[in-house]
Amino acid sequence: MSQTVHSSGEHQPDENRRDFLTLATTAVGAVGVGCALLPFVDSMNPSKDVLALASVEVNLANIPVGQAIKVMWRGKPVFIRHRTEREINEAEDVALNELVDPQSDDARVEKKEWLIVVGVCTHLGCIPMGTATGETRGDYDGWYCPCHGSHYDTSGRIRRGPAPLNLVVPEYEFLTDTSVRIG
Amino acid sequence: MSAPQWNNKVVKWVDDRLPVISMLHHSAYEYPTPKNLSYMWNFGSLAGFVLVTMILSGIFLVMNYTPHTDMAFESVERIMRDVNYGWLIRYIHMNGASMFFIVVFIHIFRGLYYGSYKAPREMLWWIGILILLAMMATAFMGYVLPWGQMSFWGATVITNLFSAFPIIGDPLVTWLWGGFSVDNPTLNRFFSLHYLMPFVILGLVVLHVWALHTVRSNNPTGVEIKTPQDSIPFHPYYTIKDLYGLGVFLIFFSAFVFFAPDYLGHPDNYIPANPLVTPPYIVPEWYFLPFYAILRSIDFTIFGIPAKLLGVLAMFASIVILFVIPWLDTSKVRSSKFRPVYKWFFWLFVIDTFILGYCGAKAPDDYFLGIPGLKVIVMGQLSTLYYFAHFLVVMPLVGKMERTKPLPASISESVLKEGANA
Repeated sequence: MSQTVHSSGEHQPDENRRDFLTLATTAVGAVGVGCALLPFVDSMNPSKDVLALASVEVNLANIPVGQAIKVMWRGKPVFIRHRTEREINEAEDVALNELVDPQSDDARVEKKEWLIVVGVCTHLGCIPMGTATGETRGDYDGWYCPCHGSHYDTSGRIRRGPAPLNLVVPEYEFLTDTSVRIG
Repeated sequence: MSAPQWNNKVVKWVDDRLPVISMLHHSAYEYPTPKNLSYMWNFGSLAGFVLVTMILSGIFLVMNYTPHTDMAFESVERIMRDVNYGWLIRYIHMNGASMFFIVVFIHIFRGLYYGSYKAPREMLWWIGILILLAMMATAFMGYVLPWGQMSFWGATVITNLFSAFPIIGDPLVTWLWGGFSVDNPTLNRFFSLHYLMPFVILGLVVLHVWALHTVRSNNPTGVEIKTPQDSIPFHPYYTIKDLYGLGVFLIFFSAFVFFAPDYLGHPDNYIPANPLVTPPYIVPEWYFLPFYAILRSIDFTIFGIPAKLLGVLAMFASIVILFVIPWLDTSKVRSSKFRPVYKWFFWLFVIDTFILGYCGAKAPDDYFLGIPGLKVIVMGQLSTLYYFAHFLVVMPLVGKMERTKPLPASISESVLKEGANA
């Protein structure tokens, strides 16, 4: 504390000892309080039942070429697009230096005809339009975010607008040719 | 006591505008405390610690609890099984309630033994009783939230107490329920109030401490602080003593939380509430048992007042009577240390409350401690009689008739004398 009761010099050694004890006590106390708080903080992390629902299996057999669907995964939409030959070519033909967040189409898909991305705009979290037939797909044939005007291409990469990054590719695995497990 | 001078510029800047740091300094640092306080004076700060623990663990429980009759039980089970450390947080909260009452009961008995309710500490004592009442309401409503069998039937029985009042009784109970039985509206309002009450208690605690720091702490001699030699600053002397007590208390608390978390509860509360079946053996939580015994022991009519109403009145009176003991106690001496006769009655009273607790836990037709011929109900009635007689007869009469031992001239003198005798 800023107030010192003992000011005379002869108490100096005692005060050093006391300072040490005070510091040591405070340090041990702080560690103890920290340990006690950890379970409380951790209780706010996803619980076991939430983690148990963290992956979904999707049947792809009913999606015709040129169409896309939305599925819910961890409370967010995932876009699954069955790409046409033209869309695949468009995605592959872009020069990487034209991209805001350079990434080749190869790196974003497992099978060329299936594009799977998290349908959350990387700007501020809106859901881009373009999945349902008839919705605007933006200037690059992918998705268009109506909130702040970000355009995504047929590989889900950001091409124009305020979003800084490409649509995120979730972890997924093809179980058969027509079914995929996301997460 | 002059205002402290702060060397730190930021501290000084804030303190000049809002003297909150000076206030804390006065009340937790330099607060002149009697230098002879025993470990019996640890329980106030322990109660404060438990209150904070309950609020903290409660806030985290609410993050995962659902106050709906269809989901409350499941959500509590989810806390126990799926939420990270949910079991720990719930066991802390469950056992914390019991710890709160253990600590507060000891704190109250301390006050009774050392006459801490006597002038000029009546307001301090009153606020303490209000805290006890608020705690009882909070604990009762909290116990309803898991929506187990004991929750449901405890809520039913306790709310039905109010039906004992003539004319207004039944509409009052319907109003409390928000329906015609304990149901979802009841659960919702209990949840709302259970969240509110701890903060009411916190406010009362602030007033309690304010009153305490105005009239100063009592001490084992019951003699007031007369000169600066009688007191020592709160810090470091009592901060360190309180911390040591806290360490011992936490070992006790942890023993329950980690090794016997359900020991103080009832297994029936792990059965989901069923409005069609009452558990065969229904008793309140241990801390309500003495009051429950008083309620049950009135099975007779006086002046045409039905037993049911009389029991309810007796139970409420058992706490309300504490408000008037500053005037029922006629003794000029505070501390029972110097009251050779009253001291024995005090311990008799302590034993009496334990007997009441035992009676509350047993069925009325059981035999007391298995003694043939001595029914629990009869023992409960005798203990209830002594409970009230202690305050209404013993306190006024013993205070007048007793020849007390000579008081020490000061706290200092008593400390020096005890030191010399040791």
